[in-house]
Amino acid sequence: MELKKLVEDLRVTGVTRLNKRHFTLELLSPVKLPLILPGQFAQALVENSPSTFLRRPFSIHSVDYQKNTLRLLIQIKGPGTSHLAELKAGDHLNLIYPLGNSFSLPFTKDVLLVGGGCGVAPLLFLAQFLNQNNIHPTILLGFRTREEVSEIDAYSRCGKVLITTDDGTEGEKGLVVDHSIFQREKIEFKKIYCCGPDAMMKAVAKIARMNNTDCEVSLENTMACGFGVCLCCITPTDKGNERVCVEGPVFNIRRLPWK
Amino acid sequence: MPDLSVNIAGLPFKNPVTTASGTFGYGDEFRDFIDLGRLGGIFVKAVTGKNRDGNAYPRMAETSSGMLNSVGLQNKGIEHFCHEIYPRIKNFNTNIIVNVSGSTVEEYVEVAERINELDNIPAIELNISCPNVKLGGMAFGTIPSMATEVTAEVRKVYHKVLMVKLSPNVTSISDLAKAVVDGGADVITLINTLLGMAIDAERRRPVLSTITGGLSGPAIKPVALRMVWQVHKAVHVPIIGLGGIMNATDAIEFILAGASAIQVGTANFIDPAASVKIADGIESYMERHKIKHITDLVGALRTE
Repeated sequence: MELKKLVEDLRVTGVTRLNKRHFTLELLSPVKLPLILPGQFAQALVENSPSTFLRRPFSIHSVDYQKNTLRLLIQIKGPGTSHLAELKAGDHLNLIYPLGNSFSLPFTKDVLLVGGGCGVAPLLFLAQFLNQNNIHPTILLGFRTREEVSEIDAYSRCGKVLITTDDGTEGEKGLVVDHSIFQREKIEFKKIYCCGPDAMMKAVAKIARMNNTDCEVSLENTMACGFGVCLCCITPTDKGNERVCVEGPVFNIRRLPWK
Repeated sequence: MPDLSVNIAGLPFKNPVTTASGTFGYGDEFRDFIDLGRLGGIFVKAVTGKNRDGNAYPRMAETSSGMLNSVGLQNKGIEHFCHEIYPRIKNFNTNIIVNVSGSTVEEYVEVAERINELDNIPAIELNISCPNVKLGGMAFGTIPSMATEVTAEVRKVYHKVLMVKLSPNVTSISDLAKAVVDGGADVITLINTLLGMAIDAERRRPVLSTITGGLSGPAIKPVALRMVWQVHKAVHVPIIGLGGIMNATDAIEFILAGASAIQVGTANFIDPAASVKIADGIESYMERHKIKHITDLVGALRTE
């Protein structure tokens, strides 16, 4: 489905610092929000940051059509995201959105969402969307440590939440793929949605493949434009090099040459 | 109202603002953002003889005031262009110009010959300046005798407006400009990207899969301006200038240096409406300076 893309200055109506490295921005659109699907992203313009030339892509974390707002979950990585972390309520942020494809609706109710680090960003929106379709997924979230575990209340409203931390300070110790739900002979889920670091998604994809479970992943590649013209963010697929920003960011693992 | 129209080698443009190949897709990607009919022209993504997958990821590195790319002419080839893309873009209310690339003289000729048959494509831009392909590409644009040869061979089969896009990766841009004019070029576009590289010091590795890539954006504007000015003094064919144009003032600078029209490139990635804003800004500049015709500004740089 092709949705109309907008370029707009949205007003910051809320900044929530989740922990040292992550924060969320609530942004109010000056016009009625367009239809946005889970998995889609926005390209944010970082103004007055001389070393940041290009926009920065962020998954849409949640959408509230009644308040006409959307939220972005941002990890502070470099000068661009550090600059965005200084935004305050009342400031404006220019976005191109909504971009990219979306997660598909599952044909089953046995759904697992797996997110790691900043990769949890699109999963809250997805979980809320699944709820609207009477699906209450299991949500497995991986964090480095207890201090980074955040927004669990919001996820818990959508489904059963499981947690891993690298250091074992909360939930099960280890990576998401070390969680006990994956240590059984056969996993109980018929559909997995996953977003996180590359190595994590590949490990989850491997488990999905071994269990013959349908799996979609949301890829993150370095982008220049975000709407399909620069051809920089490509990933190899069964149809050759495809654009993560248009044919993705969501791909079914069947289409990716992952072993 | 100031007159923004220009005539380039017999081809009318409603204004001097066009978009650079490789930064504007086939135009329809921008339909949500701008009215394509507001543009003087669109230079669509490079077309080669056969399908090219392009280079491996990563293909892009952000730099100070610019970016490096090494896309490597990814496209589905001339037959796909003629059958799948041309029908959906041919009725755009602007000049559609196709960037023609290749690895051999024969490939350039083959593609140009096919595009010559397409009624709604009034011009081609011969890309002898892509720094990101192993064979051909920039080699044709850095050795004057080769530049003359490929231009002359394409000239034999291409009967509309022939533009040739030059590489800045040369010692004397004037020599290359003269070489393509000798080969029969009607128009010169310049500059393509500057060869550069980026290194990830932590990993002690190159950022790009191809190690080197092409630098674009405001970082290259001074080089581009200098080359437009030199070529304007060296040859008498019209020039289309590009290289780091982000706003109307940048565009005016290129026109003053000798460009009859300009291309907006990397700016499209940051503001998809940049091209139309630049056209509006040129009009405001002309009103402010009481310039009746944009052509009065071409090469109007005062140097004494």
